[in-house]
Amino acid sequence: MIPDGFDYHEPETTAEAIELLEEHGDAETELLAGGHSLLPAMKSGLSSPDVLIDIGGIEELTGVTADGGTLTIGAMTSYSDVLDAEAAREHAPALTAAVEQVGDRQVRNRGTVGGNVAHADPASDLPGAVLVSDATMVVQGPDGERDVPAEEFYLGMYATDIGPDELLTRVEVPSAAGAVGTYVKRASPSSGYAMVGVAALLSVEDGAAETVRVGASGVMDRGVRLEGVEDALAGGSVDEETIEAAAARAGEGLDTALMMDDLRASGEFRAQLLEVYTERALAEANADLAAPAAD
Amino acid sequence: MTIDSMDPEEVDAADILGSAIERREDPALITGDAEYTDDIQRPGMAHMAVARSQYGHADLEGVDTSAAEEMEGVVATYTHEDLHGEDTPEGGSFSLPTGWLLDSLEQVDHPILADGRVRYQGDAIAVVVAEDRYTARDAAEAVSVDYGRRDAVTDPREALDEGAPALHGEDNVAFDWELGDSDATDEAFESASHTVSIDVENQLLVPNAMEPRAAVADYSPGSGELEVFMTSQNPHLHRLLMSGVIGHPEHKLRIKAPEVGGGFGSKIHHYADEALAAWIAKDLERPVKWTATRTETYVTDAQGRGHRTEAELAMDDDGRITGLRVDTKANLGAYLSTFAPAVPTWLYGTLLSGQYDIPAIHCSVTGAFTNVPPVDAYRGAGRPEASFVVERLAHLGAREVDMDPAEFRRLNFVPADEFPYETQVAVVYDSGDYEKPLDKALEMVDYDSFRERQEQAREEGRYLGIGFSCYIEACGLAPSELAGQLGAQAGLWESSLVRFHPSGTVTAFCGTSGHGQGHATTYAQIVANELGIPYDDVEVVEGDTDEIPHGMGTYGSRSAAVGGSSLVKSSEKLVEKAKEIAAHQLEADPDDIEFEAGEFRLAGAPDRSLGIKEVAEQSYLAHDMPEEMEPGLEATSFYDPDNFVFPFGTHVAVVEVDPDSGEIEFEQYAAVDDVGNQINPKIVEGQIHGGIAQGIGQALYEGAEYDENAQLLTGSMQDYAVPKTYHIPEMETDSTVTESPHNPLGVKGVGEAGTIAAPQAVVNAVADALEPFGVEGIEMPLTAERVWEATNGRATTDGGSPPGEGDDEGGEKR
Repeated sequence: MIPDGFDYHEPETTAEAIELLEEHGDAETELLAGGHSLLPAMKSGLSSPDVLIDIGGIEELTGVTADGGTLTIGAMTSYSDVLDAEAAREHAPALTAAVEQVGDRQVRNRGTVGGNVAHADPASDLPGAVLVSDATMVVQGPDGERDVPAEEFYLGMYATDIGPDELLTRVEVPSAAGAVGTYVKRASPSSGYAMVGVAALLSVEDGAAETVRVGASGVMDRGVRLEGVEDALAGGSVDEETIEAAAARAGEGLDTALMMDDLRASGEFRAQLLEVYTERALAEANADLAAPAAD
Repeated sequence: MTIDSMDPEEVDAADILGSAIERREDPALITGDAEYTDDIQRPGMAHMAVARSQYGHADLEGVDTSAAEEMEGVVATYTHEDLHGEDTPEGGSFSLPTGWLLDSLEQVDHPILADGRVRYQGDAIAVVVAEDRYTARDAAEAVSVDYGRRDAVTDPREALDEGAPALHGEDNVAFDWELGDSDATDEAFESASHTVSIDVENQLLVPNAMEPRAAVADYSPGSGELEVFMTSQNPHLHRLLMSGVIGHPEHKLRIKAPEVGGGFGSKIHHYADEALAAWIAKDLERPVKWTATRTETYVTDAQGRGHRTEAELAMDDDGRITGLRVDTKANLGAYLSTFAPAVPTWLYGTLLSGQYDIPAIHCSVTGAFTNVPPVDAYRGAGRPEASFVVERLAHLGAREVDMDPAEFRRLNFVPADEFPYETQVAVVYDSGDYEKPLDKALEMVDYDSFRERQEQAREEGRYLGIGFSCYIEACGLAPSELAGQLGAQAGLWESSLVRFHPSGTVTAFCGTSGHGQGHATTYAQIVANELGIPYDDVEVVEGDTDEIPHGMGTYGSRSAAVGGSSLVKSSEKLVEKAKEIAAHQLEADPDDIEFEAGEFRLAGAPDRSLGIKEVAEQSYLAHDMPEEMEPGLEATSFYDPDNFVFPFGTHVAVVEVDPDSGEIEFEQYAAVDDVGNQINPKIVEGQIHGGIAQGIGQALYEGAEYDENAQLLTGSMQDYAVPKTYHIPEMETDSTVTESPHNPLGVKGVGEAGTIAAPQAVVNAVADALEPFGVEGIEMPLTAERVWEATNGRATTDGGSPPGEGDDEGGEKR
């Protein structure tokens, strides 16, 4: 299928991109990043924007930097570039672990962190991981920048707090250096998207859990924190038994009636997988804590 | 055991047959030099697109092509009326014929453009031709259709229920067919000590050949010749069928299959689209190209399988099988595709004896019309469905009589000294030695220690399982006389022509039509071996009705057994003639001439010899030929085998199942296949690998799912899980060799073996793993969710219930 015609713009700066957004405020406008969600949607006719603003080439939106306890990932940084950045692994281990599981190598070479976050596909790998990482989304519009905590950023399926004349410029993550981050998922055998994906961030001090943050993608209409799991482990010992008990609380606070329910898996099965994968994410994190990776 | 490919240069001429020569077709395929139908360009070529039904079942209350016609670049539009108008030249039926008849078959009209009613999502309604393919597609979308929606049905059992929406006549019965001895079978069950039963679905599958279907048609008004390049597994058959459909004389129709990117059966059949492209090229006197989108392949390619089956096995006290009763409702889709009636009948019921000596068998099959695309042959075609039924029952039977599943099978095998063996379902197995592959497979999986490991694992809360599949298949349906008795509207022989050129190289033409199987390599091996000339001096040509004498095509794993044997016959005839020429020139009696390694030698006088290449040259010079002998050196044969060939083997899957997540991990997959003599072991191995992958696809991932309106829910790669490499386990393959006694190569067939064998090996392994949960079986595909549900004692089990009570669709509630 060939998409309908559209106007194409290739701004070189963020400011220019925002101007274009304002200018085409009346038209159906889409921002193009790595193109891994938008282009298939356009090819299949699900999306037919009048105006396409390609922000993938804006230099200032790329790169990974660590500064004063904050890791900053430019919105147009490709997944591969995040994985190549030592700082990302050190300061945002859970997010990096999730990035590692996105699609395949080709997808990771083209797709961007910002594109993923802004697209807000609940079955993507990052929504749960950005929550776990306590990330802040920095959004820029005509009136300047504003910070949106990850908890408030996602409004629902494919819906975020980004205004029509704004764009996501970077993702800021408070350093979790010293903690271990993991991400495990049950991928749909057809699409590879997460039926359930669980990200965990864990550190232990003197035998007691210090940091315990667990979140999931693919289960609800947006990424969720698994507070029951976190409460169960917080401050206590982390072992096979406590992990199993904590994982059993994965569904706590989640409205099972609103769980994703589709051709790939029923809501009921997703709730089951959520427990299994929570246990696996935590067990893997705990094992990594016990025996840090040799590299 | 993985086989390494060999450079043909490094193989002794005497060893060329049977060596793992690297495939000569691969470089072009890999580099993109190979030419597929869509690569073909013609000056002034127009492009065709098809407007298709959005709904599974509806009346056409209005079809308006005016908006499409007004679009810039649109050349023409056609609807059903345009094919049947006053100005339409006479002669074409514009309906697709059925190539296989059964006594009770309800033949229905299958118009190439819908006649007032559509019966599946994807049914062709109108055609648009435009200057470029994009305009054609856009214009096809601009065709406006008013639909009067009708109720739809997609399940064969439901379609046969009273009150189900009927597609054609009063009900949806396409045929009722039976095979075997009903009374004897009833008796076997009455006197049985044990019985087990299953109620299973063998789900509908989408073929998903890598290359979508396509056609390029070019008509010469001057000569009246119509040339059609198309994605065909059988060009001559397509020529015959298309000739009638579009009313163009067969001798002025040329069908060429360029490189074809897979078919799995889906490119055997004659579809509307290719016929439309051909007829329109003639009508417009312009070349026309049509290439299916992937979306179109999902909704129009003939799908496979689609059985719902109740079956029972009767056993005596010792665990000997005494009877088998099978009742199947087969999904035929909306119309009868080319060979559709054969697949769930003669290609299915005849294989229900499996590898076993079963004294009484009865099988009844009802074909049902439903609102899915026509269902026809798909890799295995009837035989996987049969093997699945038999091997699932064997699994449950062993459990019922408390026997080891391998020993239960061994006890019931047709003994090696009983061949040829006549089954109770109308076929005679040519040769077999079933214990050999079983023993080898048991050794490969170290079966002696497996049960111990399984026991230990269970104590640790881990669930290992082993599944056996001792499959049988039938390839190279033959002879033609039998095919005719069974209803085929075609012969099933094969034709070839082997031609020496004056310079000593050879072209071998064969009526099969490879589309990935490696015929260019294997046929060259056969011919080089027969003629004693270098492998590189043989070129193989397939897939062109003007170049090749005749042919029946490639499907049903028939090419080596029937096409390869035809090449042997042609080569033998050629050598016979060459021998006479050689004798003449050596001034000897032909009876005194021996032929070996490409040399004709006078017996007892080894220095008096003539090479076959020299004879070829002499035959074309024709300066000194035997009296009354025609010049030239070539030979044609039409080879009609005496019987099918029956490959067999044992596949064993070893899995670990996580009952909490429903996930299945392969620990091992061992396959021992006996496909008779192997022309090229590397290609055999590749066919086995691909077949297993496809079988595992059916077992674990694939399935065409429809909603209640007959809309395909799994209509793209996003939703239909074709397995990826990481879904497929390492496969350990080995083989035994039991020659087929009735073809000159002693070969059987290998193209479908893996697909036939794998599904039930996997399902049986999972059932074995989950025995502690009381699980007897799970419906395919064994998604994680279905496995999890089964371990929770919920639905989806396919065994143990008396027929009629197991209709629960469990895992399909979505």
